[in-house]
Amino acid sequence: MPGYLVRSVAPLGAERTDLLLRDGVVVALGRDAASQAGSEDTVIDADGLVALPGLVDLHTHLREPGREDTETVDSGTRAAAAGGFTAVHAMANTAPVADTAGVVEQVWRLGRDAGWADVRPVGAVTIGLAGERLAELGAMATSAAAVRVFSDDGRCVWDPVLMRRALEYTKAFDGVVAQHAQEPRLTVDAQMHEGVVSAEIGLTGWPAVAEEAIIARDVLLAEHVGGRLHVQHLSTAGSVEIIRWAKARGIAVTAEATPHHLLLTDELARSYDPVYKVNPPLRTAEDVAAVRAGLADGTIDVVATDHAPHAVQDKDCEWAAAAFGMTGLETCLAVVQQVMVEEGSFTWADVARVLSHTPARIGRVTDHGRPIAVGEPANLTLVDPAARRTIDPRVQQTASRNSPFAGRELPGEVRWTFLRGRATIADTVAVLAPSRTGAHA
Amino acid sequence: MRHLLSTTDLDRDAAVALLDTAEAMAQTQSRTIKKLPALRGLTIVNLFFEDSTRTRISFEAAAKRLSADVINFSAKGSSVSKGESLKDTAQTLRAIGADAVVVRHPSSGAPHRLAHAGWIDTPVVNAGDGMHQHPTQALLDAFTLRRHLADGRGDLAGRHVVVVGDVLHSRVARSNVDLLATLGARVTLVAPPTLLPIGVESWRCAVTYDLDAALTDDVDAVMMLRVQRERMTSGFFPSEREYARRYGLDGTRLGRLSDHALVLHPGPMNRGLEISAEAADSPRSTVVEQVANGVSVRMAVLYTLLAGDLAGEGDA
Repeated sequence: MPGYLVRSVAPLGAERTDLLLRDGVVVALGRDAASQAGSEDTVIDADGLVALPGLVDLHTHLREPGREDTETVDSGTRAAAAGGFTAVHAMANTAPVADTAGVVEQVWRLGRDAGWADVRPVGAVTIGLAGERLAELGAMATSAAAVRVFSDDGRCVWDPVLMRRALEYTKAFDGVVAQHAQEPRLTVDAQMHEGVVSAEIGLTGWPAVAEEAIIARDVLLAEHVGGRLHVQHLSTAGSVEIIRWAKARGIAVTAEATPHHLLLTDELARSYDPVYKVNPPLRTAEDVAAVRAGLADGTIDVVATDHAPHAVQDKDCEWAAAAFGMTGLETCLAVVQQVMVEEGSFTWADVARVLSHTPARIGRVTDHGRPIAVGEPANLTLVDPAARRTIDPRVQQTASRNSPFAGRELPGEVRWTFLRGRATIADTVAVLAPSRTGAHA
Repeated sequence: MRHLLSTTDLDRDAAVALLDTAEAMAQTQSRTIKKLPALRGLTIVNLFFEDSTRTRISFEAAAKRLSADVINFSAKGSSVSKGESLKDTAQTLRAIGADAVVVRHPSSGAPHRLAHAGWIDTPVVNAGDGMHQHPTQALLDAFTLRRHLADGRGDLAGRHVVVVGDVLHSRVARSNVDLLATLGARVTLVAPPTLLPIGVESWRCAVTYDLDAALTDDVDAVMMLRVQRERMTSGFFPSEREYARRYGLDGTRLGRLSDHALVLHPGPMNRGLEISAEAADSPRSTVVEQVANGVSVRMAVLYTLLAGDLAGEGDA
């Protein structure tokens, strides 16, 4: 099968070199690449492009099964590829809920059939996300989907005994409990961050303490039972402090931040436009600064999108009636470039760490998040950092339109994405897998 | 002025101009024939997603006295529980030929969405949205205060207004703090800490938990907010009696006010809870007058929005 000779690309933004991708792996680097390339290989002039290991998202809502009107595994993973991702973790809050081996295997197979990115299903912690009884976590772990990340995302595993049991039980198969930290009683009817803006515009507040109290409890539980805890979409300055403290104590906790919590603030709610309604809510400029600082110093381990597609009618309404969530797969890398790379706190190697290596390690995804080296799987993305785009949801690959970055100019553009050596995105164009076109090569 | 969504839309001059127009409207209301031809041929829709007989009737009277046609559309409960979206309801009313929409909605920001989401292009008047704003209530309160404290002219510079009660859930409090501050008055909010929003410290007013202390501070008017009894069951305060003792305007507190000081209440009152019968029925009470002034103020708002060229207003 012909491969790709990628010429003059900068792996992790370092010195330019050539890469030869063939048979799903990186077969040669540097001078060897050109000399081993044959005339059948496609040559990509990658001068000016940065090569990153294929990105890995720990937090994606693909909506299938159940809400195929907003996203399918196919459209969602195509959006992932367009955003530079080669693996995504599909959240469990589908209908039916991904709380059995059957559902997680279905989602995993849909991902494999679509061919845009590897889908790693996340298993629900509790049956039906109801927070009452543990789902069959072991069955999901040993299924074909090999689930390692468990989460009731969208709902908090609030019962401290249940959370303790989940952290303990998942140790048997090296699982991780990914917690949506939201104290439910403190957030009844909550609509936005509780603070100066909510006071003024009269929307019920979602206080920072409702997130921080759960994180504080959970890190202590993780310490007590020795389980692996991952904190999802951390959004407040206080949460960063708690994670920093927990890590200093040696607690096995990791944390993620979303692109929107790295860039947007609660001031946007003044428009009452529900495109800015998200859970946890957009916080203050001080929180954004603290989350960025936490990402810069390694307190926050990864950036995850929390890509949450919604139907038009669920956003084209009054704020309180609207759904929580925003899309993010196709803007994630751009936001990280803007707020971390261009602000000087990240190199491209750091970007690879928080968007590929570490999320792969947390999710125990063995063939992603690997170094760019000879013999490694050819899961790669090539980015043009000099490009600038004005975000237009109508031309995105996701089936939904609820991007909070619509109309905003963001830096960088994903030009190529390779999944096991196959170009899923070729010079910004999505390319259907040969198995789906009938054109088997 | 295209819409009236919030008292923060009004600067001092715009607010004073509206109050002056309301004063002119009030003069016409003492005539035998109260009806003016100003809005003849125009249709105003009262779109009420919450029960509010008083406010709806007040807007209806205001519109009719300006010769507008009025359509009342009551959709009890939220648009969501009704099954029809706010957008579809609004577009239906536009298609029927509404020239202005007066909207009351339980969700904060719903009037803002109607005005700015691109669904309709008619002027929108906020008749109360969730915990956000109720600008015509604040205007009628300011109108009432101005009549008593400033001879019905100019602003309220230097006057001290104490607002007491459930500030957290109150659109009346938010609208009044903004408008009174814009008009130069000094505002003090009094409430138990549980009924003050986090973030209130950024508002243009003073805040205290001590009603008796606030009442000794050269008070020109006390505005009592309605306290809903279900707040007690939600744990915002322990009992009605404790609330009444600490934050109710009773006879003793009434007696400590200076002679000219007024007592306002937006209604409906919970007699015995936030206000005693003695205070409600005292000569200082402007409760009934506020209702009458409401019609004049709403006439002024509708006139300014719909006969804008005549009123000579810009986009506020």
